[in-house]
Amino acid sequence: MAEPVKKETAVDATPGVTDVIKKDASTTTEVEALLDVQVDRGEPILQVRNLVKHFPLTQGILFRKQIGAVKAVDGVSFDLYQGETLGIVGESGCGKSTVAKLLMTLEKATAGEVFYKGQDITKLSGRALKAVRRNIQMVFQDPYTSLNPRMTVGDIIGEPYEIHPEVAPKGDRRRKVQELLDVVGLNPEYINRYPHQFSGGQRQRIGIARGLALNPEIIICDEPVSALDVSVQAQVINLMAKLQDEFNLSYIFIAHDLSIVRHISDRVGVMYLGKIAEIGSDEEIYEHPTHPYTQALLSAVPVPDPAAREHRERIILTGDVPSPANPPSGCRFRTRCWKAEERCSTEMPLLAIPERFRGQDTPAAHESACHFAEEKDVVGAA
Amino acid sequence: MSEKTIEKTAPAEGAVSDKATAAEEKAAARQASLIRDGWEILRKRPMFYISAFVIVILLALAIAPGLFTSRSPFSDGFCQLQNSLNPPSSGHMFGYDVQGCDIYTRSVFGTRNSIIVGVVTALATTALGGLLGIIAGLRGGWVDTILSRVTEVFFALPLIVGALLIMSIVGGGDAWSVSLIMAVLGWPQVFRIMRGEVIANKHNDYVMAAKALGADTTRIAFRHILPNTLAPVIVVTTMNLGVYISAEAALSYLGIGIQHPNISWGLMISDATDRFLTSPHALLFPAAVLSITVLAFIMLGDVVRDAFDPKMR
Amino acid sequence: MTTIEKTAGVPAPRSESDSTPLLEVRDLHVEFHTRDGIAKAVNGVNYTVSAGETLAVLGESGSGKSVTAQAIMGILDMPPGRIPQGEILFRGQDMLKMSGEERRKIRGQKIAMIFQDALSSLNPVLSVGYQLGEMFRVHQGASRKEAKAKAIELMDKVKIPAASARVNDYPHQFSGGMRQRIMIAMALALEPDLIIADEPTTALDVTVQAQVMDLLAELQREYQMGLILITHDLGVVADVADKIAVMYAGRIVETAPVHELYKRPAHPYTRGLLDSIPRLDQKGQELYAIKGLPPNLLKVPAGCAFNPRCPKADDICRTDAPALHQVTERDGSELTGRGSACHFWKETIHG
Repeated sequence: MAEPVKKETAVDATPGVTDVIKKDASTTTEVEALLDVQVDRGEPILQVRNLVKHFPLTQGILFRKQIGAVKAVDGVSFDLYQGETLGIVGESGCGKSTVAKLLMTLEKATAGEVFYKGQDITKLSGRALKAVRRNIQMVFQDPYTSLNPRMTVGDIIGEPYEIHPEVAPKGDRRRKVQELLDVVGLNPEYINRYPHQFSGGQRQRIGIARGLALNPEIIICDEPVSALDVSVQAQVINLMAKLQDEFNLSYIFIAHDLSIVRHISDRVGVMYLGKIAEIGSDEEIYEHPTHPYTQALLSAVPVPDPAAREHRERIILTGDVPSPANPPSGCRFRTRCWKAEERCSTEMPLLAIPERFRGQDTPAAHESACHFAEEKDVVGAA
Repeated sequence: MSEKTIEKTAPAEGAVSDKATAAEEKAAARQASLIRDGWEILRKRPMFYISAFVIVILLALAIAPGLFTSRSPFSDGFCQLQNSLNPPSSGHMFGYDVQGCDIYTRSVFGTRNSIIVGVVTALATTALGGLLGIIAGLRGGWVDTILSRVTEVFFALPLIVGALLIMSIVGGGDAWSVSLIMAVLGWPQVFRIMRGEVIANKHNDYVMAAKALGADTTRIAFRHILPNTLAPVIVVTTMNLGVYISAEAALSYLGIGIQHPNISWGLMISDATDRFLTSPHALLFPAAVLSITVLAFIMLGDVVRDAFDPKMR
Repeated sequence: MTTIEKTAGVPAPRSESDSTPLLEVRDLHVEFHTRDGIAKAVNGVNYTVSAGETLAVLGESGSGKSVTAQAIMGILDMPPGRIPQGEILFRGQDMLKMSGEERRKIRGQKIAMIFQDALSSLNPVLSVGYQLGEMFRVHQGASRKEAKAKAIELMDKVKIPAASARVNDYPHQFSGGMRQRIMIAMALALEPDLIIADEPTTALDVTVQAQVMDLLAELQREYQMGLILITHDLGVVADVADKIAVMYAGRIVETAPVHELYKRPAHPYTRGLLDSIPRLDQKGQELYAIKGLPPNLLKVPAGCAFNPRCPKADDICRTDAPALHQVTERDGSELTGRGSACHFWKETIHG
């Protein structure tokens, strides 16, 4: 299964990213002790390095043989700082949801590391992994499938306490669940109801309450509002922003909706075909994008204002996203890029501050994986 | 500012739902669990009451046959050859068989064996097939491959033919041995359903969510997957009750199921076939009892399917 | 390969030369009989579409926007659906009074529909060329060869690259955007007068969304078709629509030409929707959120259906359902095409 990681994926130099803080711990108890350490605001809490996930493509029923691999995530590196929201945007199939699953260790990484407080969680198992899971929680996309239809709301939100009994003593749990319901804006008396008795927005609140139960430090949100009605989306987004302040949470916010990501994120990473194309602060990405893909993506976002729209330049990409089983050589975006030259097909651009902006004090000086990175204002903000 | 808006929105959402009518509240209490959910539908169906009534009587017959007849087929002098094939009369409403035994009493005492075979086989196939189905569905890989191939072998073999084969080698006997043999042959059906349901359910986000919380496999299997896969298994189990009862009768009729001196409706029918034209009562009464029993269980299976199978809604 | 273009201004609303509009929906009601009671999905909807005009019907799930479209197409499941009253006039003729045969003739040939999920709308075991050609074989009696040639022509029209090479491919071999193009090609096949597009780009990625919407708008201009665009996305609508009807709980709560609606909404619901979407070009601290939940169709609130969620709600809103008022300027001059079903529309639009 483990396919050898190609050289080109392994050397994604990311100078802007802080060096990994590694902490050695040999026993489980030591690991647990390290996980209890508080991280200061603004310090990296989660460090992802060259994360790779290849799903093998197999043939045959009885004797399976591998005929290739879907390169869902192919060398992703970033830091998440305590207390911030890192947005990850990209089109379907870019690997953003796989990144979420890898960070949650719901999928086993093919290669690469995820350091949480200096511990590589991809190598942990058993009790140590369970301790990590207490601190990293997830909110799922579909509020209709992410809640067990055969469990009451009380059981769903209380389940974390059953799995981690040390967090709350038995007699205390019901009260805690009701508190959580109250925190997410639901009536605490609903504790005995079943998920199907709630609307989509309310269900997502239940999912958020479950994610909060163990008092985690990081919440990974995989498209948490895309299944909701427009008028309810805003409620949930506001709730998440409020909870972040209240519980001192760090978010990784994965979505395809660039407007929502901008609204909630401090920093944003743009993914394309399993790689990060560009990463920077929300201002850097939205107002000074340098990667052509980011520019195209931004220019395609429908703006609900026909007047503002007329001043915008639109870049309409041709074609579709290539298959991640067989990505283009060199720069993965080159098949749809209007700037593509010979160099793009042979040399893979690294995610780094483009040479021309290096050392300059300009918002364009952020990491962008393009040989021909240049600024282009596509949002049309005044 | 931010706090305020949320304070305003959050309770408001609750408030709207609070206005839920009494009917909605009732629905809330009503649709509580799988069982209660199904019960709501079941209790509106007359067919359910009819079949349940018959089955309750059958259960009473099986547990306490003494309540329904003062005689015992195992007592000395129960069969009097001079009564051989006497037609129904006032004290003996089903008449007598070839051996001069009272058919009514034998039918009453035969209920137990039929019910044992039906219930034990259905439960055993469900337990065995269900457990293996969960394992195969959850583990996948070679475990799944091997178990699935094994079930395919069983599927190539019809229940009756398979039972014929085994019993002609090891011999039949009493209700328990017949149940055991049929359970060995019958579990792949439940296995297949369970495995399919588990595979369909295990990729649901709520399973992912449980894993993300750190839940172990046992918890995921029994707390999350099992309750969501149970409905079709309940339906098949109920349906199978009738099927296994009739299968036992068929095997006994063929002379390889339950053996004398045990009492079985199938055996009674078998004994009476030769003289059907001269004394039809000896065959018709046990046959009628068997038919009513099987029908009651099949009817129950049918309404249970309507109530539990989500695809039927 | 990739084109960069300055967006031309939104096309000027076309003049309605015909006196009878292409399609007119009058006081349409649709209800569903369910185990828990009668769900009133559509409660008196009126709208018109002329040739060459794009009407966007905007609403959240359960607003009745898709049900209205299904009623027009005659593909509503009946039962449990029922149309207790209303008229659907196609070129002046009430389709609800037509025989099944007459309606079938209109469906596909005169009115075509594009669905959200292209994959499930295409038959997976037939090649796309066969499915496209089927329209010509069934409706025009074309031969196999002619049908195939026409299918390739259509695929070219919707800009599917290498159409003649891909005509024998199966739906799953196409990407989401390409499949939606095939759906559009199928709808276009018989050059209908009206196309109903139900969330045509919702399942697509943003970069592909723009391509598909552009294609749809271009073809509409070329064929001078009427287009009903059903969507929940205020952003998508802004691009292509001439006029907008906003639906809530089975009613139209506001109608307006596209520019006007965004500039000056005259219904608190529309205003709330506009305020609650985060904007790419503005980063605010807090999103405005419409409080509460969309209504339960089994129990639509009395009076104005929006009253439990409305910041402007007063006693009258809880008792009297507002009619669709003509919206006027401050000085009383009429604003063409504008209507608002709000007792307080004046306050909403004029501040």
